[in-house]
Amino acid sequence: MRAGERLEPLEIPVTRTLIVAGAIASRDYQDVHHDPELARRKGAPDVFMNILTTNGLVGRYVTDHFGPTAVLRKVAIRLGAPNYPGDTMVLTGTVEEVDGDTAVVRVVGANGLGDHVTGTVTVSVPGAGS
Amino acid sequence: MSDEQARDGLGERPGEDGLGERLKEFVGRPAAVAGAGKDPVNAPMIRHWCEALGDTHPAYTGPDAIAPPTMLQVWTMGGLSGHPGRTGAYEELLGLLDAAGCTAVVATDCEQEYPRPLRPGDEVTFDTVIEEVSGRKTTRLGTGYFVTTRTEIRVAGEPAGVHRFRILKYAPARDRNRDPRHGGEREVRRPQEPGPRLRREPEPPESPRPRPVINRDNAGFWQGVAEGRLLIQRCTGCGTPRHPWLPGCNACGGLGWDTVEASGEGTVYSYVVVHHPPVPGFDPPYAVVLVKLAEGVRMVGDVAGVPYDEVRIGMPVRAGFRRVDGELTLPVFQAVSEVTG
Repeated sequence: MRAGERLEPLEIPVTRTLIVAGAIASRDYQDVHHDPELARRKGAPDVFMNILTTNGLVGRYVTDHFGPTAVLRKVAIRLGAPNYPGDTMVLTGTVEEVDGDTAVVRVVGANGLGDHVTGTVTVSVPGAGS
Repeated sequence: MSDEQARDGLGERPGEDGLGERLKEFVGRPAAVAGAGKDPVNAPMIRHWCEALGDTHPAYTGPDAIAPPTMLQVWTMGGLSGHPGRTGAYEELLGLLDAAGCTAVVATDCEQEYPRPLRPGDEVTFDTVIEEVSGRKTTRLGTGYFVTTRTEIRVAGEPAGVHRFRILKYAPARDRNRDPRHGGEREVRRPQEPGPRLRREPEPPESPRPRPVINRDNAGFWQGVAEGRLLIQRCTGCGTPRHPWLPGCNACGGLGWDTVEASGEGTVYSYVVVHHPPVPGFDPPYAVVLVKLAEGVRMVGDVAGVPYDEVRIGMPVRAGFRRVDGELTLPVFQAVSEVTG
């Protein structure tokens, strides 16, 4: 674990199933996350991923990289281009700073339209600082 | 009529934000007091979440499982049965926005801190405060207001999480047809609008980037670009370089010309940042620059290698070429860093 370290990119195929399963698992019943007709009436061409799912995927990306002992401390994300069905989101990350066994990782999730999510994740990995 | 046209989607004139003033009064007021999670933290909800997200982290299963920290907000969600813990103030705020036509909502930011893990059996309580309400904003989705709340989550009185959340409550923009972010099949049909627009146009399969218009006057320029050369016209009468390509010389009126290949060195002469309107193939905001080339002509283009809001007049750039898709290559300017190391 060192500043400048790059995380292996992770490709997330954005399927309808992922969007709907993520919305339901997060108890988010906003129609734009499961009903294409109502999503269109609100100005979107299709359903799109909810922020809780994105948040969970960003967390997963970082813990996948740092392994079974990794503990998330903070996750701060901002959404940009929506994640629509049929797209692929590619998560990339860079370790920005390391303090003992805690690292701050800058994460970007890009899809075909641009950056879906940008953010930082603070993660502790016991023993990694020694 | 002009009075009507001067009003925006929410019925307000430019510079006016009466609704925004009313909304500001909600800042600092509680949105939820002593709210309680509908279910204790529990293994089935954790499993559903992990399955949906493909998260196989071992800490989230087994007898000592913790909940994925990013599930924090899940434990406070109202679900289909609503939010009984909400205060009148928050309902009133949302109601004012709904009444103004801001019926749609989209989350934009989420910041969470996890001072301690949540485990099955934990019963969460929470307090939420309305932290910030923006002025009226016009976005790609429509016109509305950003509302930020901050929620503190506790278990048995002990801090277990902080959750700052920003939403945009907005009046949906009517015309999505030209928005590149809303890709896929372009819906051109509008029910009240008969005539030739009653059709669906399939999105071009290739990149939606607009094609340059190539004609007899400028074909040589695009031929050069295809070969990776930036060609400038030069009057064979008076020697004045010119760009964009034209049949005659603005200096002497001469019709004879040849070309010189640009060195590619230049500086930003001027620029604008485009936020709106959206154009297929472009992702606003972006900077459009007017570059003064070393040969003396100016050329409009895109500058890469620097964020749109860091483009400055006088910035040195170098011309290069970007292959946009199978059949289109465009010249692009690359910011040249002045200091290295």
